[in-house]
Amino acid sequence: MTIFLLCFLLFMIGLYGVILQRNLIKIILSLAIMEYSVYMFLIVIGYVRGGNVPIISKFYEHGPFVDPLPQALVLTAIVIGLATKALLLSVAIRLYKYYGTFDIRTIHDLKG
Amino acid sequence: MSSMIPLYVIIPLAVAFLTVILSRLFNSLGKYLLISSLLYLTGLSFYFILQSPQAVVYRVGGFADVLNVPVAIFLVADGLTFILLLIISIVGLMAALYSFSYTKQYTSEEKYYALFSLMLAGMYGVVIAGDIFNLFVFLEISSIASYSLVAFSIDKQQLEATFKYQVLGGVSSLIILLAIGFIYWATGTLNIADITTQLPKDKTFVYFVSVLLLGGFGLKAALVPFHSWLPDAHSSAPSPISAMLSGVLIKAIGAYVIIRLFFNMIPVSYEIAMTITVLGTLSMIIGVFLAIGQWDLKRLLAYSSISQMGYVIVGIGIGMLVLATGGKDKVAALAITGGLFHMLNHSIFKGLLFLNAGSIEYRTGTRDLKRLGGLSEKMPVTSGTSLVASMAISGIPPFNGFFSKVVIVFAAIQAQYYWLAFISIVVNIITLSTFTKAQKYAFNGELPSKYNKINESPFGMSLSMTLMAVLCIVMSFLIIPGVREIFLKPAVDVLMETTKYSSKVLGL
Amino acid sequence: MSEQHGLTIIVKKVCQFIVPPLFLFGIYITVYGHLSPGGGFTGGVIMASAFIFQILAEGSYLDKLRKDKKNLELAESASIFGLLVLSVLGLILGGAAIFFRNFLPAGKLGDILSSGFIPIGNLIIGIEVCASITLIYVALLIFKDEETQ
Repeated sequence: MTIFLLCFLLFMIGLYGVILQRNLIKIILSLAIMEYSVYMFLIVIGYVRGGNVPIISKFYEHGPFVDPLPQALVLTAIVIGLATKALLLSVAIRLYKYYGTFDIRTIHDLKG
Repeated sequence: MSSMIPLYVIIPLAVAFLTVILSRLFNSLGKYLLISSLLYLTGLSFYFILQSPQAVVYRVGGFADVLNVPVAIFLVADGLTFILLLIISIVGLMAALYSFSYTKQYTSEEKYYALFSLMLAGMYGVVIAGDIFNLFVFLEISSIASYSLVAFSIDKQQLEATFKYQVLGGVSSLIILLAIGFIYWATGTLNIADITTQLPKDKTFVYFVSVLLLGGFGLKAALVPFHSWLPDAHSSAPSPISAMLSGVLIKAIGAYVIIRLFFNMIPVSYEIAMTITVLGTLSMIIGVFLAIGQWDLKRLLAYSSISQMGYVIVGIGIGMLVLATGGKDKVAALAITGGLFHMLNHSIFKGLLFLNAGSIEYRTGTRDLKRLGGLSEKMPVTSGTSLVASMAISGIPPFNGFFSKVVIVFAAIQAQYYWLAFISIVVNIITLSTFTKAQKYAFNGELPSKYNKINESPFGMSLSMTLMAVLCIVMSFLIIPGVREIFLKPAVDVLMETTKYSSKVLGL
Repeated sequence: MSEQHGLTIIVKKVCQFIVPPLFLFGIYITVYGHLSPGGGFTGGVIMASAFIFQILAEGSYLDKLRKDKKNLELAESASIFGLLVLSVLGLILGGAAIFFRNFLPAGKLGDILSSGFIPIGNLIIGIEVCASITLIYVALLIFKDEETQ
């Protein structure tokens, strides 16, 4: 139970960062923290009590295995997160070249 | 027949990567590959609709069911899917024709066409996905391609717009992933049809997951509390991309998923239906009031997109409310028909309006309504098609917008939600005045002297705009009883038999 | 030596010793992907880190990097196209014309040459991910150089 509360706490910390931080890079890092909390939550869902690594080998043929499906979901989600972060960082670098600062209060051209 | 369904994902992906590989040898191969593939896919969609099969289920990898539990990845295509595939292909084809001459100003044209194909592949994948995690992966593919396309001509406004769009889109994708995690935890399966049979009877859990899903997909569909990324992203993007984003992306990954999950996966309940209708009504009202005060043409069109998506969600919401409170089936079917028909119509006329705005910006270099004027004598095709699209969006007969809005209002009256009908009519009048203002300031009036030398847009752009204007008139035939049986009725039937979808797909 | 052409000589010597085993380790994880955890994506990231380490230690020679960027784009797109061809081959060759069908023989449990086309898929994805991540790094380097001029 405590591990789910910790995942939720990490999600809230990331959300606080995305909403309230003013530096572009800190917003990106907070988004990354949110992503990691969701990945952790997905993996912990698949835990089976007494389960072992879900690989069939000569030493461990049967018996309770931990659920491997959420692990596959998390691998895919990590790859997607990588693409998102790479794109966000490139946009942030280009914005720095135009405006000379990372502060979102100065990068505020589109209004209304 | 069912083995042609994966072609919708294979062909755009192949076109995207072939464009990059062969760009060294042939210079502008990407354009021709994209347009020929889209022509083929449009023809294939028409073929599927005219054949009108029941739900086509395709198991990727061919893994058969183990003890009646589906283990393969399912691709499911039924009536609702086919009309969406058709509208994505048509609007994609028109935008690709338009981009022929529009992208000559960019230095890396082949990357534009590669990203465009990737966005199309993602949208097709979302629409035919039969299991919820595959839907998420294709949603991310098309979202990431659209983030890069919004920033394609790298200037200040586009970069700021895409940053805002990306951060908000990223948060909504995380909320969707969290909801998928909860669904897997409670049901043990990821197949949309199978989730219906395994959902726990506990109402609290169903409401929790519904709220998460509505929040995540509501942001993708630009419903009102989650709409703040749309004006920046859709107004700063290059014009064919704005037409694609506002025309099909918010429908394929936003409205379609909400409709599919809340009618066919989760059993219909009164609270969720009321929430959806309230969100739709707020979108209608707030969108149009924010649109009428705008002086930037594309920003005005973007805000009115929010308002028209509100119409679609209100139509669907009334149908859901009638089904949830045990009302008459014919009223629910009428409301859902209105909502779906308006979704199709909005793709065509909003796409056309964005292409017109792009054509104006291509020739005059500005989008500010205060500095334009009198363009109707210099750009006849643009102003004619813009007049057609403005009349269509304001609900003037005989264009397609009139029929879909009338159906929604009738359904609201028959379901005895008189306030909703009244609000729809008032919002329609304000939409009419918004577009009269846009037409007047852009096309009628005095021509500023510096625009004396401009002439009409290049051939590709004019051709696509004319074809879409013709479609505006042709699509109003979809409400005639004979034609309606082919296009709209299968989609409405799929939604009316709410959770029987699962037994049809699983073949039980 | 100027700042641009890499770090000190100790780092360059260590790089010379570490990069080949690092690359080999990445290939090992990719090839054994169907028997132990790993596979295409993680092996590809390790291979990319070998390349990036070399660029960091030896320095960024930008003319060569600009030529490499074009080759990297080609490698990335060609390998994904290869994966698409592999999945469509199931459509054409397999008996029942199904997308992504596993049409190569599945051997004994625990062998390297087993489980259909999964090892081939792992290799293709490994090359693709390595090319992608190196391309991201090289693109950012070229952008930084163009910006400071």
